[in-house]
Amino acid sequence: MKLATRKKIVEVIGFLALRAAMFLVVAVLLLFLYDITSKGHGAISWKFLSQAPRKGMTEGGIFPAIFGTFLVTIITALLAVPLGMSAAIYLNEYARQTRITRLIRLSIRNLSGVPSIVYGLFGVILFVNVMRFGTSVLSAGLTLGLMTLPWTITASEEALKTIPNSYREGALALGATKWQMIRTNVLPYAVPGILTGTVLGLARAAGETAPILFTGAAFFLPYLPKSLGDQFMALPYHLYIMATQHHAILQVRPLAYGTALVLIVLVLGLNMTAVILRFRLRRKQR
Amino acid sequence: MRRKKLTDLKESAIKSFFFASGILAVLVLVGVFLTLLTTAVPAFREVKISQFFSSTHWDPTSPEKAEYGLLSMIMSTLMVTGGALVLAIPIGVGVAAYLSDVAHWRTREILKPIIEILAGIPSVVVGFLGIVLFGPALAKLFHKGNGLNALNGSLLLAIMALPTIISISEDSLNAVPRAYSEASLALGGSKWQTLVRVKLPAGLSGIIAAVMLGMGRAIGETMTVLMATGNARSFPHSLLDSVRTMTANIAIELGEVPYYTTHYYALFVIGLVLFLMTFVVNLVADLFLHKYQEREQ
Repeated sequence: MKLATRKKIVEVIGFLALRAAMFLVVAVLLLFLYDITSKGHGAISWKFLSQAPRKGMTEGGIFPAIFGTFLVTIITALLAVPLGMSAAIYLNEYARQTRITRLIRLSIRNLSGVPSIVYGLFGVILFVNVMRFGTSVLSAGLTLGLMTLPWTITASEEALKTIPNSYREGALALGATKWQMIRTNVLPYAVPGILTGTVLGLARAAGETAPILFTGAAFFLPYLPKSLGDQFMALPYHLYIMATQHHAILQVRPLAYGTALVLIVLVLGLNMTAVILRFRLRRKQR
Repeated sequence: MRRKKLTDLKESAIKSFFFASGILAVLVLVGVFLTLLTTAVPAFREVKISQFFSSTHWDPTSPEKAEYGLLSMIMSTLMVTGGALVLAIPIGVGVAAYLSDVAHWRTREILKPIIEILAGIPSVVVGFLGIVLFGPALAKLFHKGNGLNALNGSLLLAIMALPTIISISEDSLNAVPRAYSEASLALGGSKWQTLVRVKLPAGLSGIIAAVMLGMGRAIGETMTVLMATGNARSFPHSLLDSVRTMTANIAIELGEVPYYTTHYYALFVIGLVLFLMTFVVNLVADLFLHKYQEREQ
């Protein structure tokens, strides 16, 4: 009896501890979101979103940073999405279990673990110096694109895996070639899943700072980038500057909070879209 | 007949294209390594390799004698990462166990996206919160400085490593065959005993992999530590010291250093060390991950 009670007490305390861990994590997230929303929403106005910074970035808005992040993310997507999809199609539809396939998979897993600042160093050498794109929105976008590539490959492959083999066999039985089969019976059904994973990857890329520090992001620009060879302002880098590099840090703190709020709404908005898309998709598949 | 040949040609061209995209991943990984290596090597013409790994002084712009010791930075990185893991492992594994063994499935459906949101917060925002939220709190708590120190970085990195540790540990716990826990319960073990003595040991390889992946993320994280740890160059002695990690040092100095100087090359030496460290950590994670996936099949 005594032993049984002790066992019970240990169990109750143990499960309580697990629950406490869960609450702690949720509380931290809520604290983060609350702090930024409560102190950031005061800065948000149409002016803040639509104007350039003024008076040494102590007034005005963050439009060039929003525009720059948008632009660089498009370049990231143009590189990472098609290449990621192609690589995933190879791995899931063509590849056999050979040494080369294993090497490709190993490389992808390791690429996703390479620190973002190391991608920045690589971008400085490859895109800025060797390819002579200079510090530009193109260099920064391509650097982010390489960083995003392992994520888009993994996401696309996960989506392709969910397509039942009977779809493929159906096409092949009717005499379709392999590519015809992929084009008509695999890709159309996998695209929603691929999009979901891809949007998640791009959201992460849009919030990254380290890879663009030295490949094209600018402290302040009075004009918007006119070509791919121009430097650009970016939301995450702008937040970094407002929080640590500005000459009047405390004075611009409200603007920094506002920038953080816009960035987080943008990134989490993309995340949510993807999560909701996936949720709906799963329901449909059931 | 000719038409058939043409189709075959087209098919194999398409296949080659997809294969090339796959091989690109290998090329990028090798390219990153070789780029770092070839840009780091010129630094060794002026500075002995041994100086990098035996000195604690990093002062490349000193007018008298430039110093290129990495030990303080490596120690800083290890300290911040170690602190983060001490916090993140028990909490992360606890949450994973909660999700796999305690939570109702409906609660789980709500909690898992919440953890994904945590993973989605950009590192620069986490660093910002380190400055405005954790910094003042730590300064008040310890009556010391502005709270921008290794402990602050550890707290933030723990939070950033949690989603990785939670989701992979949970997968690993879920992959433990049901027969294991049923056997334990049938022998009179409580649910808690089953979790601690049967499921956790059985899922250990996956949990280790999760921890290693979280560790890799913490070592390579740049913006958070750059903003929240104070960036002092001296050798750290306690978690309350201001530290400058390898990643932060690259971020601070690469923008100002003239190209093709020893200092510039030396920054790539740091990058190379960083790359090798995370590479090894990820490779170990991979080995453990394979172990549990093999059992799953």
